[in-house]
Amino acid sequence: MAIVPLERKPLTLAERSYLPGIVGGLKTTLKHLFQPNVTMEYPEQRPALPPGYRGAPTLVKDPHGREKCVSCQLCEFVCPPKAIRITPGEIPADAPTAHVEKAPKEFEIDMLRCIYCGLCQEVCPEEAIWLQNQFSLTGYTREEMVHNKQRLYELGGTLPDPHLKWDKKLAAEVAGGASH
Amino acid sequence: MIAPPKPDLVTVNIDGKDIAVPKGTNVIEAARLIGVDVPHYCYHPKLTISGNCRMCLIEMGNPAVDPATKAPIMDPATGKQKINWIPRPQIGCATNASPGLHIRTNTPQIKDCREGVMEFLLVNHPLDCPICDQAGECKLQEQATGYGRGYSRFIEQKNVKPKRTQLGPRVMLDDERCVLCSRCIRFSKEIAKDDVLGFIDRGSYSTLTCYPGKKLENNYSLNTVDICPVGALTSTDFRFKMRVWFLKQTNSIDTESSVGANTVVWSREGQIYRITPRRNDDVNDTWMADSGRELYKQVRSADRLTTIKVNGADSALDIAINTALQLAKDGGVAVVGSGRSSVEEQFLTKKLADALKASTHLVSRVGQGDKLLISADRNPNVRGALVVGLISTMPEVGPALRAGLSSSVHSLASQPSTQAGSESRPHLSGLTDLAAAIDAGQVKTVISIGEDLAAAGLTAAQLGKISIVYLGTHANATSAAAKVVIPTLSVFEKNGTFVNQQFRIQKFAKAVPGPAGLPAEASAKAGATDDLIVLAGLANIAASDVAAVWKLLAAEVPALGTMSYANIPETGLLLDATPFAALPFAEGETLHFKPAKS
Repeated sequence: MAIVPLERKPLTLAERSYLPGIVGGLKTTLKHLFQPNVTMEYPEQRPALPPGYRGAPTLVKDPHGREKCVSCQLCEFVCPPKAIRITPGEIPADAPTAHVEKAPKEFEIDMLRCIYCGLCQEVCPEEAIWLQNQFSLTGYTREEMVHNKQRLYELGGTLPDPHLKWDKKLAAEVAGGASH
Repeated sequence: MIAPPKPDLVTVNIDGKDIAVPKGTNVIEAARLIGVDVPHYCYHPKLTISGNCRMCLIEMGNPAVDPATKAPIMDPATGKQKINWIPRPQIGCATNASPGLHIRTNTPQIKDCREGVMEFLLVNHPLDCPICDQAGECKLQEQATGYGRGYSRFIEQKNVKPKRTQLGPRVMLDDERCVLCSRCIRFSKEIAKDDVLGFIDRGSYSTLTCYPGKKLENNYSLNTVDICPVGALTSTDFRFKMRVWFLKQTNSIDTESSVGANTVVWSREGQIYRITPRRNDDVNDTWMADSGRELYKQVRSADRLTTIKVNGADSALDIAINTALQLAKDGGVAVVGSGRSSVEEQFLTKKLADALKASTHLVSRVGQGDKLLISADRNPNVRGALVVGLISTMPEVGPALRAGLSSSVHSLASQPSTQAGSESRPHLSGLTDLAAAIDAGQVKTVISIGEDLAAAGLTAAQLGKISIVYLGTHANATSAAAKVVIPTLSVFEKNGTFVNQQFRIQKFAKAVPGPAGLPAEASAKAGATDDLIVLAGLANIAASDVAAVWKLLAAEVPALGTMSYANIPETGLLLDATPFAALPFAEGETLHFKPAKS
């Protein structure tokens, strides 16, 4: 490789005086002084999240307050970082939702492992696990960052349910029982 | 050895491929041999054919012959014999291989048939897969994916049936999921000989039920859960415990009797969830007893020994071994081996007895056989002790018991039991020599390999006169009286082999780690240690794992000379039984075993 020496051009008078550069900089500064802010005062002000935003995974209840999760453990299976741990349990036969038969005894999501990929929401056959708008999670201990079932339902709340499939199932059971 | 008669082979043609199979082979099995899957629900290789699910429809044809002359009719287009295809589909499970039989499983007609059958089966099937325990091992799921239409045209209301019917203490029925294959009915009738199940009502209202006033409570009831192709029959023990796709499968052996039924242990993260039978056509077919499925509960039972104790205080393994050898130093030692130890452990037990110049004893454990898969000898490995030379004669059985055994060999399989296996506790005996020697003051130290000496007939006074070294898994009167207690591993936590009643050597593998999750190392201060490590330490032999012990076994035991642990097949290997033919074995007849006539 041949070395090509480049000749550095001498600065013009305007460049040497710095004045055009200072004026140009002040123009940009003055423009932004009168424009609306692009940053926000974060902890006090919160951004509006777009629909479909994937925040922390939560468990939700249906409009009648029934816990939707039936502990099928598909989210536990699909979870790439193995953050989910479910202990399945049986719904007692005298409970009002006895026809659902199965519900989680314990449901834990390790938020230190969670990568917010949303596969658990995608795989859930009962639409019970949703990644909602909670994006800022902090804690003082590792244990605090493992969300248990109670915490997951606190975060999740209730979402509208367009299917109510278990209500339909119960209605069919009642109707079927009456015709026999 | 008399060579088995050559099977009468016939050539059949399946999907254009010729295959030679024994005459009369089921078409589903013949197709399996060339890798063609014929979907089915009601067909089971070990049950009679009922042909009621209609899933295995195939096209079938036979070579054409002239009706008058019986001369083959040739097809001029191909130059081969013409095939007369039956225009309508036939069921594969009721079709047996005959010479020249032609089968087609991949035609548009068959595809259409399978889609139709799947559609009818799914008409009333609930969308329970998220809560159904069968999901993941469900034939309906697999075949709906493989052979179904993929969408439903059914808009009417599905039938409603009872979902929590308790058929027996261990089996629960979800009627909506049932596809009426009748496998459970045929199993109860043909194998368990306890004909309590049947269908009632008609059409889509057909329901599986027990005969009024009866229950499905025989000791083989959980096999109906295994063979149920859908989630209709579920085990109350395993129900809603864990999805099957999380479970690791490990091959093991049922230890409840000398039948040695082959099993699969299903575990996840060190916890066992269930035990199911593994097919072995020479031992247990595809069945096992319910009582054997509950044995995993011992692994985490409250009375499990987990700490090494010397004179009641926690200790370390090397100290425990030294203390035991100090106790044995003055002579007067007896070693009580176990018919529940593996072949490798029995071999090291013999080595230990030789090193200490100790007398050897074996506790016999005799109950009633059920003529199916529980034999009278409840030790899984007495023959292993004979093969490695730990004992040369059978342990003594009490005379009263022996008389009782010969008179009562009625089938226990059909007797009701609320808890599996509780109907007949085996009788422990075989230590009368040892008791006499203790009374005479000849024996001062007894090393017991997992045997409860008190249960086997020694009195508390006799236990008080001796120093006991106890290697075992669970606490009992002997471990309480012992000077040295070394906790060891259960059958689910170690590798090894058993020799069953047919003199078939079968291996089992480690499914879960030992208690407390500690490594099975000699330095571990708490937790259980592998029996082989302890025995090798006591006998001062440098062979403390299965592979090393097998090198010694192959060198010193002629019957095992050509084997190694690795090359024993999963279905076991028959050993030569002739040297032991004259011994009085306790077993009666079971599924694939006939006792030698004495």
